[in-house]
Amino acid sequence: MNPGALLLEHFETRARRRHGRVRRHATLIVGCSVLGLVIVACVAAPLLTAYNPETLDPLRPLAPPFSPGHILGTDQFGRDIWSRILYGGRIDLLIAFGATGVTLVAGTAIGLFSGYVGGWIDSVIMRVVDLFFAFPFFVLVIAIVAMLGPSIFNMFVAIWLTSWISYARITRGHAVVTKNREYVLAAKALGYRHSRVMLRHVLPNVVSFVLIFAMVDAVGNVLLGAALGFLGLGAKPPSPEWGAMISDGQAYILSAWWLSTLPGIAIVIVGVGFSLIGDGLADVLRADG
Amino acid sequence: MGEPLPVPDPAAEEILVVEGLHTFIRSEGGIVRAVDDVSFTLRRGEILGLVGESGSGKSVTCRTLMGLMPSPPAWSIGDVRYAERPGRNLLTVGGAEMQRLRGAHLSMIFQDPMSALNPVMRVGDQIEEAVAAHARLGPRERRRHALQLLDRVGIPAASRRMRGYPHEFSGGMRQRVLIAAAIASNPKVLFADEPTTALDVIIQDQILSLLLELQRDFGMSMVLVSHDLGVIAEMCDRIAVMYAGQIVELADAVTLLTAPRHPYTISLLRSLPDTEHRSRYLPSIVGAPPQLIDIAPGCRFAPRCALAMPECQTWETELIPVAEDHLVRCWRHDDARRPTAWPDQSFA
Repeated sequence: MNPGALLLEHFETRARRRHGRVRRHATLIVGCSVLGLVIVACVAAPLLTAYNPETLDPLRPLAPPFSPGHILGTDQFGRDIWSRILYGGRIDLLIAFGATGVTLVAGTAIGLFSGYVGGWIDSVIMRVVDLFFAFPFFVLVIAIVAMLGPSIFNMFVAIWLTSWISYARITRGHAVVTKNREYVLAAKALGYRHSRVMLRHVLPNVVSFVLIFAMVDAVGNVLLGAALGFLGLGAKPPSPEWGAMISDGQAYILSAWWLSTLPGIAIVIVGVGFSLIGDGLADVLRADG
Repeated sequence: MGEPLPVPDPAAEEILVVEGLHTFIRSEGGIVRAVDDVSFTLRRGEILGLVGESGSGKSVTCRTLMGLMPSPPAWSIGDVRYAERPGRNLLTVGGAEMQRLRGAHLSMIFQDPMSALNPVMRVGDQIEEAVAAHARLGPRERRRHALQLLDRVGIPAASRRMRGYPHEFSGGMRQRVLIAAAIASNPKVLFADEPTTALDVIIQDQILSLLLELQRDFGMSMVLVSHDLGVIAEMCDRIAVMYAGQIVELADAVTLLTAPRHPYTISLLRSLPDTEHRSRYLPSIVGAPPQLIDIAPGCRFAPRCALAMPECQTWETELIPVAEDHLVRCWRHDDARRPTAWPDQSFA
């Protein structure tokens, strides 16, 4: 361990001793604040910018950041980038929450049931999961979107159809371990119904693992949304979407770096927010468990 | 073997009758005969001790009777009759009926209080859940009942401790909580699977006293599993000694401890440390219990038995009634009680 890490640990222990709860939750709090700010900014976009993200201004294309009237500059069509990032965030956050939320719930439910029930039902479900895993995830998503036709909703469908398997597998693995724990046996010995044992005694002990994964997956889904936008399979122009913005800006990357870089930074900020929440949740749930 | 069959005491009512119980567990190496032809009766209000080495099938017996063995890989045959469900075999009543019986009629305490409580649930919630498992109660009733229970099992400041999580409790306190949960629905039969093995001696004594007290107050019948003969001797009315999945001797506590007839029981008692006549040498039973896969014919204990005859290697006996309420699974039960029959080295 290097001296810096030692020092950090020293301060951490000291801080923890002083106000343990705040210190322990710090990562989570910072993560929630970052993400909260982004959400508020995107929701309150009309209050934060006077520009319509789709209004062209042929007279002022490619204005650099901090130009008068355009704090983050404009793109090749003279559209305000700050306003496009704010409105585009709505789409990307929707992808992060909508796509991840559904797969989180569905995948966890399937995995929990599969692992708890066991036997041939478990085998069948897990073989289906294996089947999905056998396909390259990204190719599968692209294939589904291409088949259904490029749109935000079809992108959701593609993610729903393919992403639940990770959750199912994680939950199933932990459920199999947990259902053989003595407290689950003890719960059964007290005559609780299977549904109760499953939801009250197995699920709370496995949910932390899935939640932490969900945060990573949410970042992944934002990137996936951006990537599909980049490939022209997600949001359709002119509606702003971070990935599509990066894609549109790449032709100008040498002359007008801000077109691609600024939406990229927005993705990074959201990603860091989710990651911090994931880490924070891991800390908090581990400490309680 | 000439003695007449024991006449059952009509006054002592039998609450649980187990006959020819076998539990098999499929494993990679083959089929494990974890419980092999176990028969006993549990009478109302008595404490029956199951004593034996690790792996002798004590816990599996209890879990099978509770319907808690996972199937697959385990399956059981035999006849388990419970007085409150006359004419039915608990092994075949089905999962839903067993679930109704568990907790309300048959309940169980586990060995390790550190792992038998849900770590992410408040202790109070866990007790309230147990209280509400078999009764329709409002939240206030539940809480009152839970408080009463925790109070009854000796948790100080129960209303405050109910808000705590299991990791904030000591081992002894957790075992008390588990006991409270186990008796929450007034079970008739309580299986205590090594309830004090994970605890230190002082706490062990407190928990045993508590169990004894509760057993009397609630009029429960109890099956106490332990590998500790001291605990068993202190607590039990009758004792069953298990070896390699079988009951080898079953008798009332006094008879079993003072006049045992099975060579295994005799060796076991002889290998207890004796603080009065302290010698440098502590006798032990040579060898190890057999693997329960592909069991050789003959008596399970024969390879380690000082009294084994050639016949013992090939012929196995059933439980032989040798006196009233005293069963022994040994051909040489008559010789076993005479010290002269034992080879010299076994008295070293």
